[in-house]
Amino acid sequence: MNKIVLFIAVMMIAANIHSADALPRARSVIEIWMWGGPSQLDTFDPKPNAGKDYNNGLKAIPTNVPGISICETLPLLAKQADKYSIIRSMTHGINGHETATYMMQTGREPGSGIVFPSIGAMIARAKIENGLYKGKLPAYISLTKNKGRFSECGFLSPRYKPMATGGNPNSGIFQVEGIVARGMTPERIARRKKLLASLDTLGKALPNNQELKDFDSSGDDAYELISGDAAKAFKLDLEPKGVRDRYGRNTFGQACLAARRLVESGVPYITINAQGWDTHKKHFDAMKRQLAEMDQGISALLQDLSERGLLDTTIVWWSGEFGRTPKIDWSEPWNGGRGHYARCFTSVVAGGGFKGGYVVGESDERAENVVSRPVYPANLLGSICELAGLDPDSPLANPMGLDLKVMPESDKGKGRLKEIYKNAQEIKK
Amino acid sequence: MRLGYVGIFLMLSAFMRLSASDCYTGGTFVEQNGIDREFVKLWESRGIKPSPLCSDGVFVRRICIDLTGEAPDATLAEKFIKSKKNDKRSILIDRLLKSESFADYWSMKYSDILRVKSEFPVNLWPNAVQAYHRWIRDAVKTNMPYNKFVTALICSSGSNFRYPAVNFYRSAKSHDPKAIAGIAALAFMGQRFELWPEQKRKNLAEFFSTVRFKKSAEWKEEIVYHDATAWTKTRILTFPDGSQVTIEAGTDPRPHLAAWICGKGKKDLASAAVNRTWFWLFGRAIVNEADDMRPENPPVSKVLLNYLADEFIASGYDFKKLCRLIVESSTYQQSPTGNAENPDREKLFAAYPVRRLDAEIICDNLSLITGVQDTYSSVIPEPFTYIPYGQKAVAIADGSITSSFLDSFGRSARDSGYLSERNNKVTAAQRLFLLNSSDLQRDLYRSEKLKKLYTGRSRDEIIDSIYLLVLSRYPSPSEDAVLDKTYPKRGRFNSRDAVSELTWLLINTKEFLFRH
Repeated sequence: MNKIVLFIAVMMIAANIHSADALPRARSVIEIWMWGGPSQLDTFDPKPNAGKDYNNGLKAIPTNVPGISICETLPLLAKQADKYSIIRSMTHGINGHETATYMMQTGREPGSGIVFPSIGAMIARAKIENGLYKGKLPAYISLTKNKGRFSECGFLSPRYKPMATGGNPNSGIFQVEGIVARGMTPERIARRKKLLASLDTLGKALPNNQELKDFDSSGDDAYELISGDAAKAFKLDLEPKGVRDRYGRNTFGQACLAARRLVESGVPYITINAQGWDTHKKHFDAMKRQLAEMDQGISALLQDLSERGLLDTTIVWWSGEFGRTPKIDWSEPWNGGRGHYARCFTSVVAGGGFKGGYVVGESDERAENVVSRPVYPANLLGSICELAGLDPDSPLANPMGLDLKVMPESDKGKGRLKEIYKNAQEIKK
Repeated sequence: MRLGYVGIFLMLSAFMRLSASDCYTGGTFVEQNGIDREFVKLWESRGIKPSPLCSDGVFVRRICIDLTGEAPDATLAEKFIKSKKNDKRSILIDRLLKSESFADYWSMKYSDILRVKSEFPVNLWPNAVQAYHRWIRDAVKTNMPYNKFVTALICSSGSNFRYPAVNFYRSAKSHDPKAIAGIAALAFMGQRFELWPEQKRKNLAEFFSTVRFKKSAEWKEEIVYHDATAWTKTRILTFPDGSQVTIEAGTDPRPHLAAWICGKGKKDLASAAVNRTWFWLFGRAIVNEADDMRPENPPVSKVLLNYLADEFIASGYDFKKLCRLIVESSTYQQSPTGNAENPDREKLFAAYPVRRLDAEIICDNLSLITGVQDTYSSVIPEPFTYIPYGQKAVAIADGSITSSFLDSFGRSARDSGYLSERNNKVTAAQRLFLLNSSDLQRDLYRSEKLKKLYTGRSRDEIIDSIYLLVLSRYPSPSEDAVLDKTYPKRGRFNSRDAVSELTWLLINTKEFLFRH
């Protein structure tokens, strides 16, 4: 136990963080991003009594935590509710994808003339600059595409832009753009590398040029990734068949598995950008498949992280940029669709210093309005930063030389999710 | 071209080593114009000799990329290298200045500094971006005199869709006259507004204090206009040089500002423009950084800066003439490998500075090789933008278009208008893409263009063609020696594997990735 205390202390010194509050520090964050906005009613905030025009007849089911029910679409996650907490009072009121994404990624409203970095870029940067991450893999990885709504690294160096893997983790070989390519054997890679060196005519003519030297050194880094062990994190075929099956043999499930492997490699921030949640039309047809995949993938991830002792050091958060309109639109051309809804929606947090088995906030009987404990984007993101060891009120270095903080000044501690922070004793058990 | 006998090969390579140091070097430096005269004086005072001129192979690649953002295709490179005409460099320069690609490339550069993008941090929105970019491109294409271009931007009023120049005002980070003055000082005077004294900032901002914005019933339309009721009294406004003008209430002060900047202030206007153009052509400016012109940041040669600014003004602010003046100089046409041991060679322009290509150019050059083009679309913001297949990356109007390739290679974020926003540093992520991207490997392997190149041709012809296609030159003797070992002369060299491998190898050389 002393060792752990010492370890935490050393980490906090290394991270240059005040140790007064003795909060646990998550090593990695997995963001499960429901691109387009998932329905709160059909997932973690069911409203079985709101009528068919709101719930389409979907029922609530009990979870393994007494008093907490979630939608029947998520039977596997219902058995894991002790591992996560549900925030049913998320709100920001912006119904446009791009602005809402920006808010849910930066904690700020746009319009200041400055593009702020996303939470992933800020945490990746903090982990690198504090010497807590020295791995070969990029510190911020997107499975499999970037959000593309805005430049995720904002005014930070492009170094903190997420590396999008591309490829499909559910195919025979998970081809990671630039790192794992089909047909590239170690022998072939070595042969080509040697040939390249012998055809380096310009480099030989200008041996002292700094820019050309940078080309060589960044090439060395690239080759370490291509031929070294780091790339093994993406080799899902190294997993036993049973494990792969448990996550679900689909893109989302295998992305969750890839995320766990990246966490094991120490990657500080991983985002799974799940597509297909912007269901204006025939919402429930899409949900049938997507929710089943989501249920299986996330429940397997939480259980697997927990069994491997990684959940205490890994934050998992689930959210879209907003939720979906509670009242179902049955008219043409929507035929049972749900629109964008940012006044009241749900996010979920687990692990890495967040308590499981709690519900934060409350929505009204139709999940249309926040009834108690509103949680704004900066509250949620500030809490994640805080538990990941990045003080949300610390200065955010920027090339403009402005006095900026990681989270907006106005937020300062107010509204953060302290009620579901574990204390130091709890994390050690 | 190729040498069959080892003996001749050895003799020739020994001869080449004596005469020209490498495959990048051509003729001797001869003063062509005032630029060269100034530099020869400068170099003499520092005890430096100019580099020899670059070889024809280097020149054809350099000039095509520098003037049009596009590498020459293999046919052009071959014809140019083989041409015996004495004035072939000037002929090519003229042709490029008239090309559509010239307009594409330079409108990209101007769009960087004028912040042409749909969203974040400013919201021009997609249709206004298209209108603005088209207006800029037309101005470049028709070679609109630069003073007229600047005047049109400063004096613009009307709808963002119908009078595209008003988007200059909409690209400021707020409607505050100071924010507008800030982008004007940066774009037209190459000066950092925030370094100005407070009073000078206020003075310039006053010229924009009657500019107003209003919405119309059309979605995302915005009208920029001069509010004649903004002032009730006559005012005396002060220009950045301290001179003054009296403006009556109701009169738009902006034409007075435009008249000053193209009149009494023209030296600042022209100096900033030539300095920036020099930066675009050399990767380093006479006053460096190019958009930080102030007395404490002296030029490498004041005489040269004055010479260029005077020539630019005398030509009637003719941008193409300015480009020609620079690229026809021997200073510009120096070898990239001369004065290799001198640490000041790039600061003093005593060689052509090697530097990484712009993201968009790399993207297009790869397409030129594989014959496969990227497709672009953008979901930022709605309505979604889809760009037709076959559009070059250099010609993309909107800095918000989603492209992980362009982001990874550091295209300009177009947030601030600073030239330094374009990041041309080589990173491991970029090398990873070039070395090991499955997409690139597939495009090379399946390329119909490369297939045509190797079908029914001899080994030597194929190798020459690949070199011309990727590097715009023939292989050097030392490269031939490596290739002879790797792909034996007697063996067959028409397989997809060999062709895609050699192409891949050349794509991963410094020469492919760097202006040189």
